[in-house]
Parts: sequence; C-alpha cells; structure tokens
Amino acid sequence: MDHVEQVRLLERFSNKSTSGTLHLTATHLIFVESNNTATTILHHHIASVEKLSLTTSGCPLVIQCRNFRVVHFVVQRERDCHDIYSSLLRLLRPVSYDELYAFSYNPKQNEQQREEGWQLIDLGAEFERMGVPCDRWQLTDVNRDYKICETYPRDLYVPITASKPIIVGSSKFRSKGRFPVLTYFYQEKKAAVCRCSQPLSGFSARCLEDESMLQAISKANHNSRFVYVMDTRPKLNAMANRAAGKGYENEDNYSNIRFQFVGIENIHVMRTSLQKLLEVVGSRFLSVNDYLLGLESCGWLRHVKAVVDAAIFLTKAVTVEGASVLVHCSDGWDRTAQVCSLGALLMDPYYRTIKGFMVLIEKDWISFGHKFADRCDQLDGDPKEVSPVFTQFLECVWQLTEQFPQAFEFSEWLLLQIHEHVHSCQYGNFLANNQRRREELQLGDRTHSLWAFLLREQQNYLNPAYCPTYADTHPVLEPSTLPCHFKFWRNMYHQFDRSMHPRQSVLKNVLTLKESNCQLEDTIKDLETVSTCIKSNFICHIQMNLWKELKTAVHKCSPSNLTELELDTERTVEGSSGTERKESYSDLQGTYGAKAEPAVVSLEFGVARMTC
Amino acid sequence: MEFSEHIKTANVEDVVLRRPFHPPMQGTLCVTGHHLLFSNRDGDSSRLVLLLLRNIDAIEKRPSVSSGTITLKCKDLCVLQLDIPGMEECLNIARSIEYLSSLDIVSDMYPFFYRPLKLSLQDQWGLSSPEQNYAQMEELQDRWRLSHVNKDYSVCPSYPPAVIVPHSIDDETLVKVAKFRQGGRFPVLCYYHRKNGMVIMRSSQPLTGANRKRCREDELLLQAVIDGSGLGYIIDTRSNQQAQQARMTGGGFESKSSYSCWKRLHRQLERGKVLQESLIKLVEACGDHSHSVDRWLSKLENSKWLSHVHTALATAGLLAECVERDGHSVLVHGSEGTDATLLVSSLAQLILDPNTRTLDGFLGLLEREWLLAGHPFQHRCAHSAYSHARLRLEAPVFVLLLDCVWQLARQFPLAMGFSEPLLLRLAREVYASDYGTFLCNSDQERCAAGVKERTHCLFQFLLKPSEREHYSNPLYEPTELAIWPSIQPQSLQLWRGLFLRWTQHAVHLEKAQEELRNLVIECRGAS
Repeated sequence: MDHVEQVRLLERFSNKSTSGTLHLTATHLIFVESNNTATTILHHHIASVEKLSLTTSGCPLVIQCRNFRVVHFVVQRERDCHDIYSSLLRLLRPVSYDELYAFSYNPKQNEQQREEGWQLIDLGAEFERMGVPCDRWQLTDVNRDYKICETYPRDLYVPITASKPIIVGSSKFRSKGRFPVLTYFYQEKKAAVCRCSQPLSGFSARCLEDESMLQAISKANHNSRFVYVMDTRPKLNAMANRAAGKGYENEDNYSNIRFQFVGIENIHVMRTSLQKLLEVVGSRFLSVNDYLLGLESCGWLRHVKAVVDAAIFLTKAVTVEGASVLVHCSDGWDRTAQVCSLGALLMDPYYRTIKGFMVLIEKDWISFGHKFADRCDQLDGDPKEVSPVFTQFLECVWQLTEQFPQAFEFSEWLLLQIHEHVHSCQYGNFLANNQRRREELQLGDRTHSLWAFLLREQQNYLNPAYCPTYADTHPVLEPSTLPCHFKFWRNMYHQFDRSMHPRQSVLKNVLTLKESNCQLEDTIKDLETVSTCIKSNFICHIQMNLWKELKTAVHKCSPSNLTELELDTERTVEGSSGTERKESYSDLQGTYGAKAEPAVVSLEFGVARMTC
Repeated sequence: MEFSEHIKTANVEDVVLRRPFHPPMQGTLCVTGHHLLFSNRDGDSSRLVLLLLRNIDAIEKRPSVSSGTITLKCKDLCVLQLDIPGMEECLNIARSIEYLSSLDIVSDMYPFFYRPLKLSLQDQWGLSSPEQNYAQMEELQDRWRLSHVNKDYSVCPSYPPAVIVPHSIDDETLVKVAKFRQGGRFPVLCYYHRKNGMVIMRSSQPLTGANRKRCREDELLLQAVIDGSGLGYIIDTRSNQQAQQARMTGGGFESKSSYSCWKRLHRQLERGKVLQESLIKLVEACGDHSHSVDRWLSKLENSKWLSHVHTALATAGLLAECVERDGHSVLVHGSEGTDATLLVSSLAQLILDPNTRTLDGFLGLLEREWLLAGHPFQHRCAHSAYSHARLRLEAPVFVLLLDCVWQLARQFPLAMGFSEPLLLRLAREVYASDYGTFLCNSDQERCAAGVKERTHCLFQFLLKPSEREHYSNPLYEPTELAIWPSIQPQSLQLWRGLFLRWTQHAVHLEKAQEELRNLVIECRGAS
C-alpha cells in the first residue's frame, strides 16, 4: 500500500476539513489536498498513532507529533485505515540507529561542503575564547579515550592544581564518573562554572580526592573564599538519593563550599507536566478560565520559572559575587545542562548570537552528554526515559527573548527550527546519547550537520529588533522573576494550528523590509560606482534617471506584497496569507447544523441559523 | 470656585519623590488647583514633575511624628510616593489632594483652564458631525435619512441632535418609538456595510414590561430596516435569563411573536460593577510581587478580565459574521444601550470596515460610537482600579474596548493605521486629561457645559502633524478585507503595555518597539 484516496483531514480547532490523498513513503507521510497543497510529516516526528472507533463518515486516525502537530485523518475504508495504522506503527519505532533518516538524508551537497559543515563549531576554540587554558585552568587528557567517563567529551578542563589521581578519585566518587569539570569561565572575575553529577556519599561516605577537587576549584578563583555548590534538585529528592548510596555534599566535609538546593523537579515530573499542558490547550472548546486554570494546574510555567530562577542565581553568584559555582543534579545531564547553559546565556552576550547559541548547545548539551536519544525517543526505548528537558530549555530561552527583545540576534524561529530537528533525526548532531557513541556511529562521516544548514539560511532566523550594542550596556542580563513575565509559548505548542496565530507577522514584514532595503542600497551603491567611473555628464544623466526608476521599482515591489507571498509556505508559523481568513469563519457552511459549541464564534452562529 | 480654600500648605521643601524607573529625587512640592508640581534643582539642571490631580485614584498617608509618607496611586496605574517632612504639612497636602482630585463639577475641571500656546480655542472641536457622516455615505441615502427629531435633545437626551433612520419612518413615529425604548434610545443606524447594503443598528431595550406591551411603531421601524431582505438578527448583550428578568423592572426584549422576522441571539457581556471589580482584581494581580506562578495564574483567572475580552471579541465576531457572511442586518442592544452595545458595535465595525482602521477613522469611530452615542464617560471613569471610594457608576467599558482593539491589532499588526501608544494614550486620557473630549456623559451635557467652546479637543490634537507620526503604525498596509480575530484563549494575551506598564520589563519592550519603529521608518524612508 502506498497511497489512500479520499482521506479527510480535520482541522483541529474547528469543524472544517479538507480531503485529499494520503501517501506513505519510507520516510514521510504526505497528505496532498485536491488543490495540491501538501502536508508532510516525517515518520520520526510521529510520537503516537491512534485508531479511533469507526464512525459513519469513516475510520478516524489521530497522529500526534513530537513537534506538537496533531493531525486527525478520516479514512473511508476501515481496511485502508488499518493498513496505514500498522505500517506507521512499524515505521515509527526504529530499533537501530542505521534506520534513522540522517543516514539516508541527502541534500544536494558535495562531500567537501558536508565536511565543512561539521567543522563549523570548534569547542577548543570556544574555551580559548573564554580565556582557557590559562594560569589556573588546564586542558586534561585523562578522558582522551573515554576511560574515566564515557558520557563526557574527550577534552576536559580542570583546575591547574587538580592532579590525575585527584581526578580519578573524584570521578569514582561521582555518579556515572561525571566528576567536576569546567563548562564556563567568566573572565572578568576569573570565576568558573563547573558541572558534575551527584556524589556517592550515601549517609556518611566521603572522598578525599573529591574534596581536593572542590578545593582546587576554589583555589583557582582568588575573588572568593568559597565555591557555591548548587544542587538543582528539590531537597527531598536529594535526600532520598542518599538511601541509594548517592546524595549531596556534606558541608562539614568540604571546607570551602556553600551548599544550595534549587528545587527543579525531575524528568518524570516535567514529562507529566507537559502532557497535562498539551491536554489542556488541545481541548477544542476551551474557555478562558479553563485555559488559565489549566495552565496553573499543569505546573509547566512554574517549572520553566524554576529553571530560569536557578540560572539567575548562578549568574548572580558568578557576576556579582565573583564566586565559582559547581552545578549538579543526579547524573548531571538534564537539569545541570539547563542551568549551566541558561546561566551562560545570561552572562555572555556571545551566546545570544546565532553562532554563539549553536556553540552553547554543542557544548553544554551535545558534548556533555545530554541523552538526546533517550529523552527524545529516537529509538524504540524506555518511555520513562523520555522527557522534554531540552524543549524546556528552549522555552526558557524564548521567555528571555520575550523579556529582552533587543538582546538576541535570533528570533524564536531559530528555537523552533532547532526543536524541529532535535526530533527529526535528519541531521547527525543530536543522534545518540553521548560523544563516544556518536564517534562509533561515525556521524561526522555519514550524516550532515544541522548547524551548517541553519547558518546557510540564517537570515530567516534574524531578530529585527536585535541591537548589537545592547551587549555593551547589558553584558549580563537580569531577567525579572515576576510570574507575570512567564507566558504560554503559543508558537511552540500550537505551531501547526494556524488558525490560532496572528494573521500578519511584524517580524516577517520587518525582515523583508530590511532585506529589500539592503538590496536597494546595494543597487544604489553599484550605480554610484558606475556613475563615478563614467566621466561624461550625459551618460551620468541617463544613469541618474535609471537610478531613480530603479528606486521606484524596488519600492513598488517591496514590503508587504512580498511578505504575503512568502508567508504561504508550509512551515510558516505566523500567519496565513494576509488578512483573509478562509479557514475558520468559513466553517459557517460546514458546521451549519452542528450542536451548540459555545466557544467559537462561527460555530455559535451555526446554531443561530439552525434554530432560526 | 476658589481652589485656594482647599490648599492649606502650598509649598513644602525637601520632599522626596519616589516613582518607577527613577532614583528617589529630593525637591520642592507644590500644590495648585489642578496639579502637583515637584521641582528639583540639582546644580544647574532643574527637573520638573507635573501630576494632574485628576489622575490620582487613591491616596494613602502614613504620618509619623516629624514627617509623613503619602502614597499616590494613579488612574494610569502608576504608583508614586512622597516623603514629606513635617506631619502637619503632610496632612495638609493629603487633604488638598483628596479634595481636589475628586472634584465633580465639570466646569472646575482642568480642561477648562488648560491653555497651551500651540492650540487655539477657535480650532475645530470634534472631527465630524452626524450631518457630515451622513453626507459621506451616498450609497445609503436612498433608503436612509438623517432625522433631526432630537435637535434639542428632547426625544433622547443621550443621543446626538441628528441620527440616521430608515427613510420610510417619519419623525412622529420616532418619537413614539423613543417612548418605548429605555432612555429614549430608539434604534438608529451605526454602520452601513457597502458590500451588501446590510446595516448595524443599535438601541436600548424595549420597555415591554411584565405584561408584554407592544409598540406598533417600534415594530414598523424594525420592519423597515430589513425591508426586502426578509430577516434580521437582534444581538442582545444580556443572557436570555437576564433579559427575561428585565421585564420585571419594566424592560424587556423583542419577542418572537411581535417581531417575527427578527431572530434574537443572547450573549452575556458583563458591565457595571462586575467589570469594575474585574479591573480592580486584575490590577491587584499585576501589582502582586509574589514569586509564585500558580498564584499569579489563579489571580489572573479570578479577575476574569480576559474572559470579558474574549466575550466582547466573540460577540463582535458574531455580529460581523451575521452582516458579512450571512448577509443580514443586525440590531444590538442590552439594557441602556450605552455600554456593551457600543463595545460590540464598534468592534464589529473595526472587523468589517477598513475606514475605521486608520488613525483618523478610528478616532472618528470613537467620536461617533462613544462620544456622540452617549457613553457616560464621566460616570464610568470617575475612578479606576485603586480607588477606595464606594463604587457607583464606574465601569471600565472603554478600557475593555481599547484592550480588545489591542488584541485585534496584535493579530493584524499591519491592518491598523494607529499604534499601541495611541491606545495607551487614550486609556490614560479617558480618566484624566488636559482636554475636554471625555468630559460629561453625553453630547447634550457637553454642549450645556460649554465643553466645545472652552476646552481643547483631544482628537484634533492627536491628528496634528507633530503627534500624528507618533501615533501612526509605520507598518500599516491598508486592506479592504475583514479582519477576523482568533478568539481561542491561547490567542488572547494580557495587555502588558497597559497593565504592566510600570514594571522594568515594559521599558525593555518599549525600547525594542521604538527601535523597530525607527527601523521601519528608516527603511521606508530610504526607498
């Protein structure tokens, strides 16, 4: 079976539907409407497929995607529906990495370009940019062969006084061998942000090497007599871990630390919370009150704020007090990654640029072993390991971009696009759980890099309000922690529900304007160059006229006409074509005679006519 | 009257002023009949802060032995604090502010004293007259006429002197209809839809009472409205139950049996006290600086403000849909027809009519549908969200309108010719203003008080070249199409620009907006 005809696609938040043909390829599910517009869904994006019970109009099939797209098909014949259903079930549970799209994805690119793509980001250079190695921090080769810690990268930075025995000893005392290493160096105060996993302290165990390790971190910073140890877990969770032989640092054993719990919940709480959020905003006739109550009860924004609050604490400790901070949670690859990377984003304007943001993700998430494969469910695995930790990080960044509209070079489109590809398995960057595994899979030789792709089309991700000099006046961002500044991210969770978006986009419009203006300036420049070259007044005169004409021409075809055309692409988030609202209100005819559904204007109106 | 009677202490030295976004400032405080003046001389530079007393919604004083603190909560939601040396001075000043900020004699109010050099009282007051509006709409003139039956405000005190009614209905009939409608607000035309000739009418409730009284003239008038098209809708801004209950107090609704060609739709819009309390709760929630997200969301929900925004937009959408999609004329009313009715009819016009989306057009809409149509501004905007005074007739219906317009503008950022600063400015001016525009409750009162001769007109001022630029939307691209808003709760947002205006956050946003604005202007200018 490769295609089924006469399938209806129901719109999610209205009673409208379109009919077309459903195609199934090895990698994609494609729905082609009668007017030839296509909806394409990558199999890797599909989180679940559900066959609902048969109705008079056919057999409903609901597909939920990891990018929060939900599609609802109605297939006329039950047998066809079952065929699609079982094919999808088979396709969407790859069991080995080789089955992932990244290994077959082949953009028109030659081998050299592909290789260059992988060389765009160099973490060694990134540490150099921070000023490391220096007289206090050194590059260590203990993990060159992933012998000390297989979930860490090969290159690690430690205090100059941390000898190999100290490192080895410390790593044995830390969960999964993830001993304290440097992740960000705040040059101005020579303060360090380090990360690790929880100590295997149980109720009373201690480890001299680990204590020396923290001592060494402390000594590497002359500004402060102590190191903050941030345990990003709720205290209760950390205490419970002690019974399993893990736990947290005892201040009595570490002479120079200040210990602090931050209280970010674990991956299971986050998974449930997001599920609840999606349930709330997915319900069709949602009242404003139920929406707000739902936002509250799912707790998602509370969790997002907890992560931001932790990052603010970290930032203040480093930039204001000049103290070094050691961040950990349980294994040090979820909450720790969130807090360290968000903190760095607040402290260092470089990470607020497009390239810098990629470097940040590469460093704190990819290289330090955030388990993308498990968390994003890339292979058929343990559902309890799946959790939206990275999504939550992107949302925290989004909340910051909303608070500081001028501070970020990128717009939310970049965040959405990264999110899309973390789940698409189309590029090699996010495959597998750690660097070691990635090397085994030879991703650098066999797949393409997302960063290269994003950088190539970076003009799409620019934030028009970005002000590069903002960094001079606000090198460190100080976000408000007031709850009213934490908002629901509609463009993430309703990215594909277009009826919900603003019909017109300021962002797109301004970007187009800017671009056409640049073109115009280029044209003018070109013409000016030409005209200075030409000595004859007469020719100059013609030139000037031409220049004027061109100006008007460019002006005429500029801004909004262009925008409207551009907007009508499938992945467009904001807005449909201009102001015409063909989708929702024209439901009128379709829903005529439907039952009372009080939340939607057009539906209500249907009732009115029926009872008239 | 003599303001000086109420000013025991006019000047105090060494007062400290604390206000948002500024470091505390020490200087001289001065109370005048209409203003608080604060000046500070720091070396060569002197700074002056001027606060219209009318803007003060609530005053809290904490006197101590040798000094006192006065907290001023303003109607524009700003909160200021004055540390005043000397207990007596503090009490005197507080007393003056209390008295002078709540003057309710119109002719004592500041607009009658405001005489800027750049404006002249000879300038035109108001943007347009009913006559001009009528003259501009040639298409409707064969079926609709301009009636001067209300020229001395005797038929309906809250209507303007001239209104548009069906051609076939004479003035005599109108007088009889007026007697059958609360406050004399008989059905009048407020919008003519060029595309299909359908109209929006508005009125107050019919006075059918408990024994279902009928009025032939009223039925005739409505019949004349739909003449030919056969069917019309009545959007009643009360629930069915409320409309039924209104009969007990002499009001009522158009029954099916008497108005067989009209289909009634009930949509409950809150008004009056409920709306005022909603605003109070919302402002309280926004001022709560606790750090709990749950608490914030639950307070936001509890205020119900966004629900009111939702209902207003949904009802306006319904109305616009009846006219544009279904091709029928609509009559809107609630009880008095001066609040929710105007809210819904003006929002529907914004959705349907591109002419109301320009800067001039929008102010014109406000003039027609709010000022001339008799929204009782003085009653509704006597106090805002901070006041401790007992609520009387206050209700933020106009603020709700501005919020809904802001939501529309957010969803269609290119479709509106005016900018958010205009909406913010209006939200401020409606409570406390140098201009006479929002004084009084009706056109009649405004004429009687000499508002049009002795004060300046805000709308005229906003359209001056110097202001116009600031209040225009540089991204504006006129569209002839209707702008249908999405009314999913996820599509609505808290109007941060207004309700969180005084947080640091707002400063970042404002700067970014300004930057974008300049960028667009620059880009446009270059080509």
